Amino acid sequence: MSSTKFILGLFDDPDDMMHGIDKLQKNSVPIYDVYTPMPIHGIEAKLGVKPSRLGYAAFMFGCLGGSTIFSIIYYTMVHDWPINIGGKNYFAVPDFIPITFEWTVLFTAFGMVATFLYATHLFPGRTPRVMDLRATDDMFVIAIDAKGNVPHDDITSLLKEAGAVEIKHNDRKYVSYE
Amino acid sequence: MASHHESIIREPLITGKDITYAQITDDVLRPVENKPTKAWWIGFIVSVLGASLWVFAAGWTFWYGLGEWGLNKTVGWAWDITGFVWWVGIGHAGTLISAVLLLFRQNWRNSINRSAEAMTIFAVVCAATYIVAHMGRPWLAHFCLPLPNQYGSLWVNFNSPLIWDVFAISTYFSVSLVFWYTGLLPDIATIRDRATGLKQKIYSVCSFGWTGSVKTWQRFETVSLILAGISTPLVLSVHTIVSMDFATSLEPGWHTTIFPPYFVAGAIFSGFAMVQTLLLVARKVLALENYITMFHIESMNKIIILTGSIVGVAYITEFFIAWYSGVEYEQYAFINRATGPYWWAYWSMMTCNVISPQLLWKTSWRQNIAFSWVLSIVVNIGMWFERFVIIVTSLHRDYIPSSWAMFYPTWVDVAIFVGSIGVFFTLFLLFIRVLPSVAMAEVKLLLKGSSEQAKKKLIEEGHLDPSHVAFYKESLTKFDSVDLSAYDKSI
Repeated sequence: MSSTKFILGLFDDPDDMMHGIDKLQKNSVPIYDVYTPMPIHGIEAKLGVKPSRLGYAAFMFGCLGGSTIFSIIYYTMVHDWPINIGGKNYFAVPDFIPITFEWTVLFTAFGMVATFLYATHLFPGRTPRVMDLRATDDMFVIAIDAKGNVPHDDITSLLKEAGAVEIKHNDRKYVSYE
Repeated sequence: MASHHESIIREPLITGKDITYAQITDDVLRPVENKPTKAWWIGFIVSVLGASLWVFAAGWTFWYGLGEWGLNKTVGWAWDITGFVWWVGIGHAGTLISAVLLLFRQNWRNSINRSAEAMTIFAVVCAATYIVAHMGRPWLAHFCLPLPNQYGSLWVNFNSPLIWDVFAISTYFSVSLVFWYTGLLPDIATIRDRATGLKQKIYSVCSFGWTGSVKTWQRFETVSLILAGISTPLVLSVHTIVSMDFATSLEPGWHTTIFPPYFVAGAIFSGFAMVQTLLLVARKVLALENYITMFHIESMNKIIILTGSIVGVAYITEFFIAWYSGVEYEQYAFINRATGPYWWAYWSMMTCNVISPQLLWKTSWRQNIAFSWVLSIVVNIGMWFERFVIIVTSLHRDYIPSSWAMFYPTWVDVAIFVGSIGVFFTLFLLFIRVLPSVAMAEVKLLLKGSSEQAKKKLIEEGHLDPSHVAFYKESLTKFDSVDLSAYDKSI
């Protein structure tokens, strides 16, 4: 039994990498994940990654922010201590719009980014789970779980045919762990 | 869609030959991964001296009180608010570049958005220093928040534009910071994966464990798009609210409905000028000529013409409406601006903001780097005068002639202003040392479609309309970073 845990195909061109994904999928080799230095459009569709739902989260946070500050303003200016300003209406809605808008934006931004970081497991100090250090620089890396995906040589030749510049058989999943 | 081919008639966004993804990383990270140059140290030391001046002058203000400023009973707002509005305005260009141009799919923003956003954040920091300084007792800063208290509770007045401003500026600053830092994550990860030892550990913590997997990028793009979508109305709201600090008063010269659009245009105008001031130097010193090209410089100059013209029209409209309104106080405010004791400030403003940007209609001047740089500073001087004119000339002579007065700044006023410029440049110089000043991931997106080498390859393949190719080659002559000799041979 080989000790290889992951097979990595390193491409120096995103189009070759897309070609590699097609080739692997045609040969029913499941892809673990793909690591790229920049966002590659169309890759999610190939890998069957569902569209992000962060937009819904953002909308809900926006609603929360707007209604929170509007409630605070209503409580303070209309209910708790109304101030008579020339006999004008205490419930001066136009005056409340700017701050309601600001908090809608504030909550949307912070809520959405926090959800993004939480869902993606990103936080300060998290150990980076990197399979190849050049995936954040100039390499487009297709990772294949070696377990069960045999023979490894076939996968190697598939990747090579697609134009991979380097193929790695890694004994460790992540190279970034010390 | 890395293989997307762009029309040949568009100017390239990345110049130079044999640029690879690795080359982009190397070029952008050169100042981060190497020891700082002598020029950087000189700039940094001068800036830190400036920042120290700010610390001293602000400390002086807090110790002896606001009486140390040149304010008097008539002119109760002067250099402090001028500086505040000036800095907030400068900040607006960063958000315009990162958010509005993203929504409009202006790909040339990709190589300038990072430093422009950094500039936004540092400019808003400088603006915030004025707010804190002019409170006099900054330890009571929380009084502008609606916190329960023992006076009743006596709440803040949500009808007041000054409170709107508290919310607008704090939201603007924090949302800009989040937008900027989220965009930085992939680039910090790049530095992390190339570094060793302690440096790697620090960048590892800052990178939040970014890996660049498919799902991460997908979410990242969603987040960027939505942040751009909400930052666009946010940036418009911020300077609108700043303008309402004046527009909702009854002061002649302030009480005008034209202020919100006029302030927003002025803000973008001064912000782009500051981006030019910084980037024209940075591209040279950091050797980024292939990424921040003549096309970028020219595009920014065109935005300066547009926004400068809007500002010019606004000045003239204001003057016309003062006459047309038939309100003698309003009319006097404007006549006094142009011909009163502060005529020199008014005409400095008119010259710098209305006349000077019109010079950019001339193509060869617009493409001249030294000229653009000097002009960008002229514009920023003009925009400082604009705020000074609006604030001081309106206040110093209003309804009661017995209260008329002049404003004379003290050394503390001057030191706080000069010091805030020092604070700004200190932060900016630190930024280019420790973080990538160009968004690498976003520039890499352009390499296969919009770069000069990709377009050259298309020309060499020879399936293009020759008239288009000729047009394209003509457009390349303005670039200072393109080797034209390579083109004569190819066809």
